[in-house]
Amino acid sequence: MIGYTISRLLQAIPILILVSLMAFGIIYLIPGDAATVIGGPSATAEDLAQIRANLGLDQPLYMQIVTFYTNLFQGDLGRSLMLGIPVTEAIIQRSPITIGVAIYSLVITIVLGLVTGIIAALNHNRWIDQAATIFALIGVSLPNFWLALVLIVLFSVQLGWLPTGGYIPFTTDPWGWLRTTTLPALSLALLQAGLLTRITRSTMLEVLSQDYIRTARAKGLSEWVVVGKHALANVMMPVVTVLGLILSVLLSGSIVIESIFGVPGIGALLGNAISSRDYPMIQGGLLFVTAALLLLNIVVDVLYTWLDPRIRVGGGK
Amino acid sequence: MTDIVATAPPRFARTRATLRRMFANRSFMLGAILFGFICLATLFGPMLIPTDPNALSIRNRFQPPSLTFLLGTDNLGRDMLARVLYGARLSLAIGLAVILLNALFGVLLGALAGYYRRLDNILMRIADALMAFPAVLLAIGIAAALGPSAMTAVIALSVVYIPRTARVVRASILVVRELDYVQAARAAGATDLRILWKHILPNCMAPLIVQLSFVFAYAILSEAVLSFLGLGAPPTVPSWGVLISEGRTYMREATWLTLVPGIAIAITVLGLNLLGDGLRDVLDPRMKVEQG
Repeated sequence: MIGYTISRLLQAIPILILVSLMAFGIIYLIPGDAATVIGGPSATAEDLAQIRANLGLDQPLYMQIVTFYTNLFQGDLGRSLMLGIPVTEAIIQRSPITIGVAIYSLVITIVLGLVTGIIAALNHNRWIDQAATIFALIGVSLPNFWLALVLIVLFSVQLGWLPTGGYIPFTTDPWGWLRTTTLPALSLALLQAGLLTRITRSTMLEVLSQDYIRTARAKGLSEWVVVGKHALANVMMPVVTVLGLILSVLLSGSIVIESIFGVPGIGALLGNAISSRDYPMIQGGLLFVTAALLLLNIVVDVLYTWLDPRIRVGGGK
Repeated sequence: MTDIVATAPPRFARTRATLRRMFANRSFMLGAILFGFICLATLFGPMLIPTDPNALSIRNRFQPPSLTFLLGTDNLGRDMLARVLYGARLSLAIGLAVILLNALFGVLLGALAGYYRRLDNILMRIADALMAFPAVLLAIGIAAALGPSAMTAVIALSVVYIPRTARVVRASILVVRELDYVQAARAAGATDLRILWKHILPNCMAPLIVQLSFVFAYAILSEAVLSFLGLGAPPTVPSWGVLISEGRTYMREATWLTLVPGIAIAITVLGLNLLGDGLRDVLDPRMKVEQG
């Protein structure tokens, strides 16, 4: 188990190096002179020189790479052009907000996806099953920012139940936090729940057809115990497998969703950075989110081996 | 005992059997109908409804859907039906360009990685790194650097999805290359190129086609996100993402401006997803791909 964790962490290192190199390289995709693009049409020669010096663009390429990695190992991702503060500081300030919404959204996803998937499987080929399948398919086919707009029209404009946007920190007012984060969390969750429903349903159908379930039923156990205790344990496994994927979509979705609802998390930070051409922020944000996801995926994989004894015994691969 | 002669049935009969199974597959048929409807509307719609999508008519601004304006009009009195039909051209063209590039480079890189083991390590590590980024996030990052244009969207989305397609191709090549008939071809002295092109690739088509139908769906969704963020097509060309982003300003008084293009995206993507599911069931039942 510990050996497996260490080997997974070691495997992540080359990927992290490549990922950081790619994030670094993004600035070289800017067509023409990066400083001119960043400075805009009104920039003077001094402004441009200043931008070049700030970004290290006046250095030879190998020096830029050396500086980039030296700074990276010290946790320094450069300075945001727009906010004037270090990128790391901005990310640290904003992450708790995104993490909060992501966890809320994840809970909705798992509850909704599991419940719908299980109900669908238990009513195989009946209308509930068909309805759940259609819900799941539509779920994975909608653009999430469009869903967010529809939810605003429905719950904020028409019904007036929830605010159209804004954010209240959990520590100041938990109820206010819940009111401001419900729509963002829901817009992120509904689509993911569709994916989870599909997976839960197909796994549940597979599990229910197995011998040990028949044995449990033959022993005269109630359907609740059979499904809730015997089947559910095995249905949880695929949920853990797609957790990494779900988190990845949640985090990338947060750019648009946080911007729409005015939630000041990392997503909105990146969204603003994109519209104001704040490249150090874009690079840093991209790198941070990807590194965080890599780590989360390792945690998920380790969790998986811990939950599934068959893998654990098999040497953890 | 008679010898069992293992010859493949003639190609024609196999194709016909596959087609029959496709038509019997509910998911495939529904997907084909939905996606076919969108394709026909995109191709012929602008001919049937010759309204100029950019014709201004201040007198007719914010008309809700009615018999005169089937899908209503926007803040400048432009006909939404015409705009959605024209927008479809751009959204579908970007999706099409992305899957063509995916087919080309996915097969090329997948074949190199799957067939030449030495290249495999390097190519797949690069693919791993590219796939470590969340798909939409990487596309946004690349598009933010390249500057907004339809071309940018195509490049960004291709960079994001080609590694995924290459992996699918590689995985099936790894299986097929070990089969006896490939060994036989090699023993007969066929060149690498001939073995790959004539013997291996035709048998890797099924997973590739399934993958491409899903990539098409993702490309349409991601293009909408890019356009919505102002990183895709310029606002003068109404792609579906641009239309949603424009409609957002008038969401309270003219809901249809946001609803209509979103529903168009949903029908297209739903159609492609159903199509992909059906194709997977028919062509390649063992394959299970989910990606983000």
